[in-house]
Amino acid sequence: MKKLGNVLYVTIPEAFLSLEGETIIVEVEEKPKTRLPLLNLDAIVCFNWIGISPKLMGACVERKINLTFLTPYGKFLANVSGNIRGNVLLRRKQFALAESKEESLSISRNIVYAKIYNQRKVVERTIRDHSMVIDQAKLRDVSEKIKQSIQSAKDAKDTEELIAIEGYVAKQYFSCFNEMILQQKDEFAMNGRNRRLPLDRMNALLSFLYVLLANETRSALESIGLDPYVGFMHKDRPGRPSLALDIMEEFRPILCDRLALTLVNRRQISPSGFLIKESEAVLMDDETRKQVLTAWQERKKQEIIHPYLKEKIPYGLLPHVQSLLLSRHIRGDLPEYPPFFME
Amino acid sequence: MTHQEDELLPLSGIHHFLFCRRSWALITVEQQWDENIFTIKGHEFHKRVDDPFENQSGPSLIVSRSLPVRSFKLGLTGVCDLVEFHPSKDGVNLAGHSGLWKPIPIEYKRGLPKPDARDEVQLCAQAICLEEMLSVTVERAFLYYGKTRHRTEVSLDQQLRDLVTNSAKEMHQLYARGYTPQARYKKECKSCSLVEICLPTIQTEASDVKKYIQRFLEEDQ
Ligand code: SF4
Repeated sequence: MKKLGNVLYVTIPEAFLSLEGETIIVEVEEKPKTRLPLLNLDAIVCFNWIGISPKLMGACVERKINLTFLTPYGKFLANVSGNIRGNVLLRRKQFALAESKEESLSISRNIVYAKIYNQRKVVERTIRDHSMVIDQAKLRDVSEKIKQSIQSAKDAKDTEELIAIEGYVAKQYFSCFNEMILQQKDEFAMNGRNRRLPLDRMNALLSFLYVLLANETRSALESIGLDPYVGFMHKDRPGRPSLALDIMEEFRPILCDRLALTLVNRRQISPSGFLIKESEAVLMDDETRKQVLTAWQERKKQEIIHPYLKEKIPYGLLPHVQSLLLSRHIRGDLPEYPPFFME
Repeated sequence: MTHQEDELLPLSGIHHFLFCRRSWALITVEQQWDENIFTIKGHEFHKRVDDPFENQSGPSLIVSRSLPVRSFKLGLTGVCDLVEFHPSKDGVNLAGHSGLWKPIPIEYKRGLPKPDARDEVQLCAQAICLEEMLSVTVERAFLYYGKTRHRTEVSLDQQLRDLVTNSAKEMHQLYARGYTPQARYKKECKSCSLVEICLPTIQTEASDVKKYIQRFLEEDQ
């Protein structure tokens, strides 16, 4: 399998990165702050405004180090990529499947199966591990409702219906999310899931993790040769990486939601690390972001057995592996897309 | 049938093609390429071929390295590692040289001779290119193996020439269809540089996606 390299996250907005020999120099206000070797780097994610030298960009392209720019708040700006995998035929097939209602439904359905399954798994795990301190009845009820939705997903006649089912399950799932918060309950309680502006700390935390995951999924799809903007479930919308959003549905519960709960339940992050703005929007401070990024990196290194490939892989490669499996289906090697189920 | 300039496929691909058609298609049709330790070593070997024929150009020998060639008949284009030109009565004129010369292509390979004909086929394709470009017949050609440090003469017989022609034809057919043959797991897959892109086992071992999904959905119902 492809190796999971390190990711350099540049979170200081005033940072400038350049290359000296084989070393990256991170400067802040024209003073060198950090140096680190280019070797073994998998990706650089910049949450900065100032930038990076063209020479370093070139080196990244050459070595297939994925280089992405996000705004300090995590909105996608740009990705630097060279002409590495120009597989126009694969993209054409992807577009053809996306045009076909049945094919789109089949892929979307498998994605939704895995998403629902994995959400339920998160709930079930909480019941199993913390039965003494939680409202078991509530969680069991949600788990049961999610389970029943699997049948509805099977029966869904089009993607619209599927999306409605997925939405219903998400609502159920988030309705018991507070039950799964075992520590710092009051401070991290969430009031439903809000997407546009995080209105509480848990939403801010989740949104940030989703940004990280979306970015990694988008670049995984690109490196496999798929077009991250043409999805099967999410409709085309300019600037929206619909396919990345499709595929990441499977991983959200496992990679993001569980990590958010762990960070809060183990008190690895604290409520004081969040700023509540005048508009009630909630933002993470730099220190907390650093803690979250470190935890994210750690989580990606944990290994699991992929249930379909029956191969041991780090969590961090899931976006890559699923993109690969999707491309196998698109090219006709596999009759259906095998999504990722958490065992 | 002859091919147009912009239809030419990489000559070296014929080597992959004989090794595994899928690997050729992944590289050529799908433009996927991953370097592994073998291919990197291969490049290095080519870069610093320690060369017994160095500086032998003279009145009775011209040595040309990295000679670009093509054949419209085969529809292939590539580079010969090394072509020796020897004086010969039925040879051809070469720009900048007097006399008549006959080419002998020599292809360098890291490692040992292969159990199949892929090295010979690649060499023969080069010979056919040279014949077409120089209007001359190429009678002799050699493979040089890094591990044995030996040149082996390859007989450019009709059988080998047919294998080249047919392979090139098939390559063009697959290319035109944009088709990638299915994987079949074999022992060569272990050392194949594309194994992580190809995933040859997923079609054989864990291939039943329906069953896989059902296993999870019906787990505890
Ligand atoms: S892994 Fe096996 S089937 Fe796939 S390209 Fe390589 S040799 Fe061919």
